Amino acid sequence: MIQTKSKSLGKFSGLLRSRESSLLLVMILLVLVIQWRSGGAFLTKTVITQLTQNYAYTMVLSFGMLLVLLIGGIDISIGATLALSGMSTSLLMADGIITNPLLAFLFSIVVGSICGSVIGVTISKGKVIPIIATLGLQYIFRGLTYLVSGTKWVPSDKMLAGYKSFAQGSFLGLNNLFWIVIIMFVAMFVFLKWTNFGRQIYEVGSNPEAAKISGIRIDRVKIAVYTINGAIAGLAGAMYTSMYATAQGNMANGAEMDVIAACVIGGVSLDGGQGSAFGVLLGATTIAIISKSLSLVGIDAFWQQALKGGIIAVAVLINVIVQRNAARRALEGREI
Amino acid sequence: MATKSGRTISSVRERSAKSLFLRWEFLLVLIFLGVNVMNISLSSNYLDAYNLFTNINGFLTKALVALPMAYILLLGDIDLSVGGNICLSATVLGIVFNSTGNIWFGIMAAITVGTLCGALNGLILTKYTELAPMIVTLATNIVFRGLSERILGDGSTGGMQKIKWFTELYYGRVGNMVPYLFIFFCVLALVFGLVMHKTVFGRHMFAIGENKKAAAYAGIKVQKVRMFVYTLAGLICGITAVIYCSWMGSVKSNACEGYELEAISMCVLGGISTAGGKGTFVGSFIAIFIVGLLRYGLNLINLSGQTIRIILGILLIVVVLYPTIQDAIKNRKKKAVK
Repeated sequence: MIQTKSKSLGKFSGLLRSRESSLLLVMILLVLVIQWRSGGAFLTKTVITQLTQNYAYTMVLSFGMLLVLLIGGIDISIGATLALSGMSTSLLMADGIITNPLLAFLFSIVVGSICGSVIGVTISKGKVIPIIATLGLQYIFRGLTYLVSGTKWVPSDKMLAGYKSFAQGSFLGLNNLFWIVIIMFVAMFVFLKWTNFGRQIYEVGSNPEAAKISGIRIDRVKIAVYTINGAIAGLAGAMYTSMYATAQGNMANGAEMDVIAACVIGGVSLDGGQGSAFGVLLGATTIAIISKSLSLVGIDAFWQQALKGGIIAVAVLINVIVQRNAARRALEGREI
Repeated sequence: MATKSGRTISSVRERSAKSLFLRWEFLLVLIFLGVNVMNISLSSNYLDAYNLFTNINGFLTKALVALPMAYILLLGDIDLSVGGNICLSATVLGIVFNSTGNIWFGIMAAITVGTLCGALNGLILTKYTELAPMIVTLATNIVFRGLSERILGDGSTGGMQKIKWFTELYYGRVGNMVPYLFIFFCVLALVFGLVMHKTVFGRHMFAIGENKKAAAYAGIKVQKVRMFVYTLAGLICGITAVIYCSWMGSVKSNACEGYELEAISMCVLGGISTAGGKGTFVGSFIAIFIVGLLRYGLNLINLSGQTIRIILGILLIVVVLYPTIQDAIKNRKKKAVK
């Protein structure tokens, strides 16, 4: 059992690479089909700009979820964390306490990381199963969002002009929000590939017991990962409120599901220890393309939800079939 | 000798496990009593039996789904698609009723659709056992609700309230007091509880939840049991859809949103571990009433829905933290003795 695992680990990176390239291929095909079916309406500047702007926050969230899934956890409270941090930041802006857009982003990140660390401590020190802990805390965070705002919403004119224009502005032809995605991707890629802590995350996810024996403090890794995930959700909260220029109690409701789907399409295993930043970037982009393009292709709005679910299911199924084939081939290779 | 020693080991385990469960349920009973005492002190109207049953009926539709959910969690699985399933089944009920004019066709269609949706989950998960139930049922949830959205659009389907006896399914009461739904729920819960604890099938479910591989080696048809339980969950979703229609009289595509998480939190509060293999049915039965009555009581003092949500969240977290805290206290005592 252990032997096969360590043997497949050698082939593992190669397999992953091929999976990502196949995903890239599927994505390109998808774009071409959409481009063809929509009569060339997809690959235009406006659509691409909208796409990179509107779905930047789910892409950013996906990187946080990647870390959580890598250690074998799950976090279904990020939608609520996003709402709580975005809302509290917007309220402070409306009250004139935060007067600097940068400060607003930082504050949102701080609120998010506090939420994340609460989740981390509950899961690691309290030994609560992740889905249950985040389910309970999701109620609490979402409830707090309504509580601090008094179930009202923060309108656009109460927000800082610099905060709102950040999401509309661009740098080198790319939307500011998408720059955050790029920076996040590069940071995550380096972090997971070449830092000690990044490798520890993989180890904790693929074999917690071995990780413990080799001297990794699992609890600390877990708390750190959930805190980072919370911080990322906080960042996404600032991105979200800056993009829509309003803050509402029910914002990003259900975002966690899109994010988990993006990760799974990107080849992240829910069992932990398997997945990469590049895969998640592709997965999140695929979800964004699907969400954006269904209306362009002329599929009526009411089909979109059902189709999206269907595409997620098919993507997951294809993943399994590809993996089965790969495993069989690996076995054949060994017999020879 | 071996069997004897084996027996002693197992009996010790069972006793400790039993006492733990007893304690857990003891805690639940305490919370239950606490909630009731709180409600009584908050409002003198609380004990009005008619109102009480009206309110219990309100949360029993959600609670119905919690029954098969307990089985699914016991297996170490999860089903996030129940909300979408109920919504789709209820939609089909409305559409079939409106096009044929016969409510019986509607009811049969709803139950069939519900069961088929559940069977679809089961089929995917048993054919491709590597797939995580969470992600599959997440996707099917979107598909089910999406189909209902496709059928209904922005509108709704209704008119079920014209059939008098159909509304009686939800609103009808025995002797103008005890609702049919309440009796139905209790009977169903009793059956579910007995099957879980007193039958071979129930023991199989525990074994699968504890260790799927060991269960398979012991000759239990793991995938058959899983398939059956998912289909059963679908069937109950269909029945819930019928009761939902009887209650509301019309269906929109956002019906029953979030039922899955409510049902899961009821089960978890009742002590059923989402890792599988642990829990008792009595626990989740009490927990259903704790959640429902707590919500009712907090409503009585005009607390906003959001605050109630926070309180329920805290309750859930505290309850799942309880065993850890208990262990910590025990360890400290042991250290002190040493």
